[in-house]
Amino acid sequence: MKETQIFERPRSMADVVTHYCPGCTHGVAHRLVAEAIDELGIQDRTVGVAPVGCAVFIYNYIDTDMYEAAHGRAPAVASACKRIRPDLTVFTYQGDGDLASIGLAEVVHAANRGENITVIFINNAIYGMTGGQMAPTTLMGQKATTCPFGREAKANGYPMRVAEMLATLAAPGYVARVSLAKPKFILEAKKAVRKAFETQLAGKGFSLVEMLSTCPTNWGMRPVEATDWLVEQMIPYYPLGEFKVPE
Amino acid sequence: MGEKVLMKGNEALAEAAIQAGCRYFFGYPITPQNEIPEYMSRRLPEVGGVYLQAESEVASINMVFGGAGTGERVMTSSSSPGISLMSEGISYIAGAELPCVIMNIVRGGPGLGGILPAQSDYFQATRGGGHGDYRLLVLSPSTVQEAVDLTMEAFDLAEIYRNPVMILGDGFMGQMMEAVEFKTAPEKKLPDKRDRAVGYKEWRGKRALVKSLYLDPDALEAHNKKLQAKYELMADRETRFETYLLEGADYVVTAYGTTARIARSAVKQLRDEGFPVGMIRPITVFPFPYAPFAGLGSQVKAVLSVEMSCGQMVDDVKIGVAGKVPVSFFGRVGGIAPTVDEIVNAIRGLQV
Ligand SMILES: Cc1ncc(C[n+]2csc(CCOP(=O)(O)OP(=O)(O)O)c2C)c(N)n1
Ligand code: SF4
Ligand SMILES: [Mg+2]
Repeated sequence: MKETQIFERPRSMADVVTHYCPGCTHGVAHRLVAEAIDELGIQDRTVGVAPVGCAVFIYNYIDTDMYEAAHGRAPAVASACKRIRPDLTVFTYQGDGDLASIGLAEVVHAANRGENITVIFINNAIYGMTGGQMAPTTLMGQKATTCPFGREAKANGYPMRVAEMLATLAAPGYVARVSLAKPKFILEAKKAVRKAFETQLAGKGFSLVEMLSTCPTNWGMRPVEATDWLVEQMIPYYPLGEFKVPE
Repeated sequence: MGEKVLMKGNEALAEAAIQAGCRYFFGYPITPQNEIPEYMSRRLPEVGGVYLQAESEVASINMVFGGAGTGERVMTSSSSPGISLMSEGISYIAGAELPCVIMNIVRGGPGLGGILPAQSDYFQATRGGGHGDYRLLVLSPSTVQEAVDLTMEAFDLAEIYRNPVMILGDGFMGQMMEAVEFKTAPEKKLPDKRDRAVGYKEWRGKRALVKSLYLDPDALEAHNKKLQAKYELMADRETRFETYLLEGADYVVTAYGTTARIARSAVKQLRDEGFPVGMIRPITVFPFPYAPFAGLGSQVKAVLSVEMSCGQMVDDVKIGVAGKVPVSFFGRVGGIAPTVDEIVNAIRGLQV
């Protein structure tokens, strides 16, 4: 019987070993981005902007033109690139410390201006790269190295729902939240990433996909426990779905 | 053009940038440079460019980073507190070796300080300002005409050295109206903008990577050495200064920018009275013209640095004379310019 290959590395994904911890879903998110780029046939006309965070080396993993931005500033970098080269597809890839904390102004204003860029936002409820400090998205009661007794409202306020917040703005074209915890969620996530890039290609303005993601290392869990925790703890607070779709 | 037009300094700077081929401006309002973004917002759409008002100086400079990465001519302008906010981004631009022009119309500090002219950001401009061993090429014009001429060249210099170039002005220069002529800068051999820019993958045959991260210590050291070699090359080739009545001078005054114009009047007045004083005016403050100071004759009894600061350039003057001549300082701050009389008195005071 003749063998047919039904699964392969996306062309837009470099043939290198990633540095991510076992069970980390950053790699899954990368793959979804690469698959969308392949399917839309835009590899040679796409520019990515890497964050400061565990995903900084996405510039080695996604095989397109790449920038490495200062912490939180990727949407500003992407805005200028896209304004100057509207023929290119421009995306940022940012963690929750990068986007929801230090870079909140940049993403809100890029969204509010309706910049025709795509933002992939990795919400893992923690600062992964710096060793597990509290993020704006850390859940109530969740322990982190800078909230060792668990997040509490009096000191830290409440976890920030970025997708809902940005969906209140008039300009964005597409805003969705997906999960990377299990295969059925990943299939939905893939559709959302594709839609986000299609929104940009159609010139329909700012698109953002928030991806609930795992950080087994800094959550102090084994990979399987981490995906269960994501489903049981994160999804109830961060509902999945599309908050804004292009008309 | 070839004809003279009467223009406010800030507007002349903006027009010069456009005539130098700059088509993309990213900035945030701050006094005393608002006429630059205002002019750009009117003019850039006329020439097919983009004016984008950013949400902050932090965003502006990172837009400049993103814009410069496309290989096009991009700029921002600001004043002291805004430049402080931009410092992280400027460091990234220098680290990633991207060309851009930054206009800094300096006002008094520290903190919110005031909105009047000052030269108190000399250290920030000439020592980099942000983190890491990097330098800007810093041009400090003393008239509106010179500001125009230097701006015309600044974009070329930024591309040649793949480095941010700062036009260091002050509120006087920004607000003053003078007759100016827009002359095209002498032609220079420039690198192909597509060499490293994003968006030319097919042309280049490989992708572009715009970054300043080098986690491997050997790679980071090598990168730093390369940057330092570039700054040395800038010092060899781009150092500029002007001398005035230096021959036979027993006393030497030095000043840059607007202050140099006032100091020049003081030198002229004293010379007319027979007092042997001359002047050195740095035009680039990084690279600083150390040579004319090192080369001062043995008859020179003292050097006086006059600044609108509490004494910053004076440190470079001391490096230049290397202990061979006593160096004094006279400055006014807070938005106050030294008067000709004050400078005359300060020069007379050098006599022992
Ligand atoms: C200006 C600045 N402040 C702080 C840091 C240190 N820093 C690096 S990554 C990071 C947090 C990253 O967390 P996140 O964005 O959630 O990404 P993750 O690693 O979780 O994917 C911080 C605070 C920095 N590099 N620059
Ligand atoms: S620290 Fe967390 S986010 Fe970073 S690679 Fe490891 S698991 Fe992933
Ligand atoms: Mg995170």
